[in-house]
Amino acid sequence: MSERILSASAALAEALHEEMSRDERVFILGEDLVAHAGIFGQFKGIPEKFPGRIIDTPISEACIAGCGVGSALTGMRPVVDFHFSDFVTCGMDELCNQAAKIRYMFGGQVKLPMVVWCPDGAGLRAAAQHSQSLESWFVHTPGVKVVIPSEPADVKGLIKASIRDDDPVMFFQHKRLFAKEGPVPEDPEFIIPLGRAAIKREGKDVSLLTYGSGFYTCTEAAKKLAQEGLEAEIVDLRSLKPLDMETVAESVRKTFRAVIVHEACLTGGFGAELAARIQFELFDFLDAPVGRVGAKDVPIPFSPPLEDFVLPSVDDVVAAAKAACYR
Amino acid sequence: MSDDAKTLLELYRRMVTVRQFETMAGEYFAAGEIPGFIHLSIGQEGSSVGICSVLRPDDYVATTHRGHGHLIAKGADLKRMVAELFGRETGYCKGKGGSMHIADFSLGILGANGVVAGGLPIITGAGLSIKLRKTDQVAVVFFGDGASNRGPVHEAMNMCSIWDLPVIFVVENNQYASTTPQSYSCSVGDICTRAAGYGMPGTAVDGNDVLAVRAAATEAVARARAGEGPSLIENKTYRIRGHFEGDPQRYREAAEVEAWQDEKDPLNRFHQVLTKKRILTKKKSQQIWDEVKARLDEAVNFAKESPFPKPEDALADLFANP
Repeated sequence: MSERILSASAALAEALHEEMSRDERVFILGEDLVAHAGIFGQFKGIPEKFPGRIIDTPISEACIAGCGVGSALTGMRPVVDFHFSDFVTCGMDELCNQAAKIRYMFGGQVKLPMVVWCPDGAGLRAAAQHSQSLESWFVHTPGVKVVIPSEPADVKGLIKASIRDDDPVMFFQHKRLFAKEGPVPEDPEFIIPLGRAAIKREGKDVSLLTYGSGFYTCTEAAKKLAQEGLEAEIVDLRSLKPLDMETVAESVRKTFRAVIVHEACLTGGFGAELAARIQFELFDFLDAPVGRVGAKDVPIPFSPPLEDFVLPSVDDVVAAAKAACYR
Repeated sequence: MSDDAKTLLELYRRMVTVRQFETMAGEYFAAGEIPGFIHLSIGQEGSSVGICSVLRPDDYVATTHRGHGHLIAKGADLKRMVAELFGRETGYCKGKGGSMHIADFSLGILGANGVVAGGLPIITGAGLSIKLRKTDQVAVVFFGDGASNRGPVHEAMNMCSIWDLPVIFVVENNQYASTTPQSYSCSVGDICTRAAGYGMPGTAVDGNDVLAVRAAATEAVARARAGEGPSLIENKTYRIRGHFEGDPQRYREAAEVEAWQDEKDPLNRFHQVLTKKRILTKKKSQQIWDEVKARLDEAVNFAKESPFPKPEDALADLFANP
């Protein structure tokens, strides 16, 4: 495997270049894409290389999502850019009542290959309507898949798998992680199948189960824990639906302790679902209650001390891991 | 437009099919054989048949909760439709959809829709897809006067217009959004005038005159196929039945409904036109009604003899790549 280093943004752009070259049905649709190659520069080079296949829309989220649905039903493979994940509220009917249900409702007559690319997450002082982590809304909607990469290689492998998937995929990529760098394979067939978690740090004392920005929080926390003699194992879930429960179980059976870490607010978050499954399926392997770390249950506030207080911190993860280890 | 006798008789046959299908559905619903709730389009056959009569098999149609007529007019299979209404395994959706969720993608029917105005964003996508694939298909979306007040309609009309998408918006103004009169809920009397705000042609049509509808549709489809962009057609019509079967209809007087039957009824009107042209005799008319009745009886028998789906089939068909 190549040790070439790319940013998460560049990994996304490379994957899209490859997929658009491979399959002429793939196109990108959303607001403000062409002039700046996406508001985060995430589509660098695509407007020049694929004119007409990256399309600027009016600010019309319901119809942007609807364009994804209608074009997917009629032979295309759209990648729909939602600008900020927060704006899914404006296209929620198309995503949850239409895209998620069409195949099922019509008895499996049709495929709906659509990727909804949503830049999400907090930490940019963008306040309550540009900072959310809304993945659990979609986990709670049968008929859509939910994918959340953390490292650049995950971005490449998962977006390619999502584009090649024949079902609607909500793809949440954290805004604060666009500039993060890491090794990314050059192979244009580098695919990370949906529903396959990765154990990214091995450890025997506690399992940190996480995804998206939580991966980096956990990485920092693991370093601190190591200084205190605790070896944390980090499981990057990568896709929440389908969920790789086998890898979760493999880790918990080894450490007997689990802490779930996500940036989304705690109550009703994905951690609640995962904790429930762990206690039911792995009860006999647990030496401590399953811990959860998430944002506090308020909208994301603007002012830096307020936002920092609300978001889960490295110290929160360290404290939860130690609590699970009775330390 | 000068349609030959064969074409005109086919239009009549389709209208009779829709009318008899809806009547049958109402009867079996009342008898408790159709679960859930159903919305019938009796009185609106001029719109469904007139519009779909100018479409090709590869053109797209998206419709509404009141969609039986559009599906039949686009060529949907009666047996599979009835079986779906009856919740049977042989239905279009294997019993997962019911009256409000029937589609036939092989016929370009992108689905009925339980969400008011739900079809408009989808048809915009179909129109965009046609443009990207560079075919000369067109895409039609049916919606009601109630839907015309929803936000996605604005988005869809604007988007189709700026991109010159081959889309025909057909608003069936049947004068009531559930219980709410169009005269109360719409800012304008003629919904078609809203087309001007999107830079597209808008035409009001006597929706109970199937030939007038067909003429308007012909023009809009030609415009769309030529790449000249979308159109809005407002078919002014009237819903004879309640919003749903069993609707107590406290929002209107029986006399108002009666006034829309007989001479204003789209089937009666077309019958008269065909009789005057000496295309349709009493005998021929009876023959058509009998033939349609026989086909529907066959469809109902097919449905009744079909098994219900196995309970665990509820877990199938969620994902193409599970």
